[in-house]
Amino acid sequence: MTQIFRMAWRDLGRNRRRSFFSALAVGLGLALLLFLAAFIQGEMKTSIDTSIRLMSGHLQVRANTYDEVKTSLKWADLVENPQQIADQIAAMAPVKLASPRLYASGIVAVGDETAGVRVMGIDPNSQASLPYKDGLLVGEWLAADDREGLLLGKALTDKLGLKVGDPVNLSVNTSNGEVANQNFTLRGIFSTKTYAFDSANALLPLAKAQAITQAENHASTIFILLKDMNQVDAVAPALQSSQLKVLTWKKMNELLLQLEQLANSYMVFFYLIVLGISATVVINTLIMSVFERTREIGILTAIGMRSRRIMGMFLAESSLLAVGGIVMGLILAVIFIGILAQVGFPVGQMKVTGFIFSDRIYPVLTLKDTVNLSLMALIITLLAGLYPAWLASHMEPVEALRGGK
Amino acid sequence: MEVTRVENVTRVYETGKLETLALRGVSLSIESGEFTALVGPSGSGKTTLLQLIGCLDQPSSGKVFINGKDVSTLNRNQRADMRRGTIGFIFQFFALIPTLSAYENVEMPLLLTGEGSSERRKRVTQLLEAVGLADRSHHRPDQLSGGEQQRVAIARALASKPALILADEPTANLDTANGKQVMDTMTRLNQETGVTFVFATHDPRVIQYARRVVTLQDGLVVENHAAEKLSPGE
Repeated sequence: MTQIFRMAWRDLGRNRRRSFFSALAVGLGLALLLFLAAFIQGEMKTSIDTSIRLMSGHLQVRANTYDEVKTSLKWADLVENPQQIADQIAAMAPVKLASPRLYASGIVAVGDETAGVRVMGIDPNSQASLPYKDGLLVGEWLAADDREGLLLGKALTDKLGLKVGDPVNLSVNTSNGEVANQNFTLRGIFSTKTYAFDSANALLPLAKAQAITQAENHASTIFILLKDMNQVDAVAPALQSSQLKVLTWKKMNELLLQLEQLANSYMVFFYLIVLGISATVVINTLIMSVFERTREIGILTAIGMRSRRIMGMFLAESSLLAVGGIVMGLILAVIFIGILAQVGFPVGQMKVTGFIFSDRIYPVLTLKDTVNLSLMALIITLLAGLYPAWLASHMEPVEALRGGK
Repeated sequence: MEVTRVENVTRVYETGKLETLALRGVSLSIESGEFTALVGPSGSGKTTLLQLIGCLDQPSSGKVFINGKDVSTLNRNQRADMRRGTIGFIFQFFALIPTLSAYENVEMPLLLTGEGSSERRKRVTQLLEAVGLADRSHHRPDQLSGGEQQRVAIARALASKPALILADEPTANLDTANGKQVMDTMTRLNQETGVTFVFATHDPRVIQYARRVVTLQDGLVVENHAAEKLSPGE
């Protein structure tokens, strides 16, 4: 075996340039796939992280009958004494924070311009609201007792032509099925760098939201963040009760996760295509090598080398090309992805409703993707070597000896 | 003791619709220890006969025996097995593996027969000394002269202690001095080890070394007799 690999190594060295570029073809193919995989992983991770940060949290506690789509404000569908419940939950060891939120459907009107919004009643002093506070571009943050101020996202204010201090009319559904209407002052403009959120949400202090919607001492949900998100499945059952249901971030981001799965399954075909193209370079290299060494194959056969061993020689060459290519690909990928993981890859504002997509993606290269794709590259390159190896091993000795003259 | 025997062998080559009869019914027997030349002009069938005896090819009809075993109908791998350890080859174009050193080229047949490393080392060293190239063992073929390369080829042919060595025009690509050196080496090894040598040639200087001469013409054996007892060079 050592002799075979030694010969294979030396044979590849006969035409170093060709061998280098063949391995590079494998390497570039692998690097491209690793980047794509890291891009998808990064996109999904960023989306999930953003969704957790801005909307779903790790867990939410809601009334059993609450329907997120209908944004019901009936007391029976809301959590009663939400602050008390939030405080109890926050006292649990695995919990980082718990904060009540109220959601309502509303319309923002400025002159003749209107826009549908989701009104979010938040606790401005809670750490849960930091993502919005940190995104404040201009103006001032909300005070908990502010009765006339609201915050809007930049995407919405740009659309409506608003600036800080402008009056904004807000109409909102109430718990008794009516519509309440009030003029507010735009206290500040925020950006979470996610178009879907920034264009569709209006932030009010929780107390004001409860008052205008007549929800009183109720909230739509208790937003919960854990110290370790992997504890979600352990903590969720502890929060369950007969009147309240618990949703995990996986449940609340089901569509996003399914999208990730779909993307990954489609990508497998793409991976195979790219690696197949790289493999054709390897096939070409090895076939040329077989024809250049026809007489040598005849000599080896003449001294008694069996077909299988001759095949093994050429497979050893393809495996060395594969390994060399994989190493090159890994180095290229790690450098390129490493840089992008720090600075991010700008993708612009994705104006897709229903999903939280950030404007910049930070690729994430996982060990699983690295191992799987490297193995795929190895297998496909070895398969590519099969035909040339078979060709070499099935040469008749007399023709092979004659063929090199 | 008979090492090889061919019985009424023919070999037809088909190139498209054209058929070429390289051998037309050759029968021949070679005894152990012989130093036999196959002679004849180009196209007489010398190389073809050598290839059939060496199990590199199969006859279109007739039989070939090696050590009493009929090898005419063996498949490719079975013929490789037969060659390994039983038959050694020396080609006119030296036929060394260019990426291996002289030592490694001679060692290759021993690797194929599964010899242990110490046995291989001993045998290879012995053979390279026998052909006068012990000090050139780590040189690659492109670092050796034509004569030296052919002597490495002789050492390789002897590596697995074959019963029979077949040489096809072994001096064709060598000058007179190197050719003489190669033939002297082959003669000496034949006498020292008793290995049977059969070589194809049309060079009169090489024919003089043979103790028996088989003449082929147009695919048939026309003469088969002991060589005149002349010293090489006379």
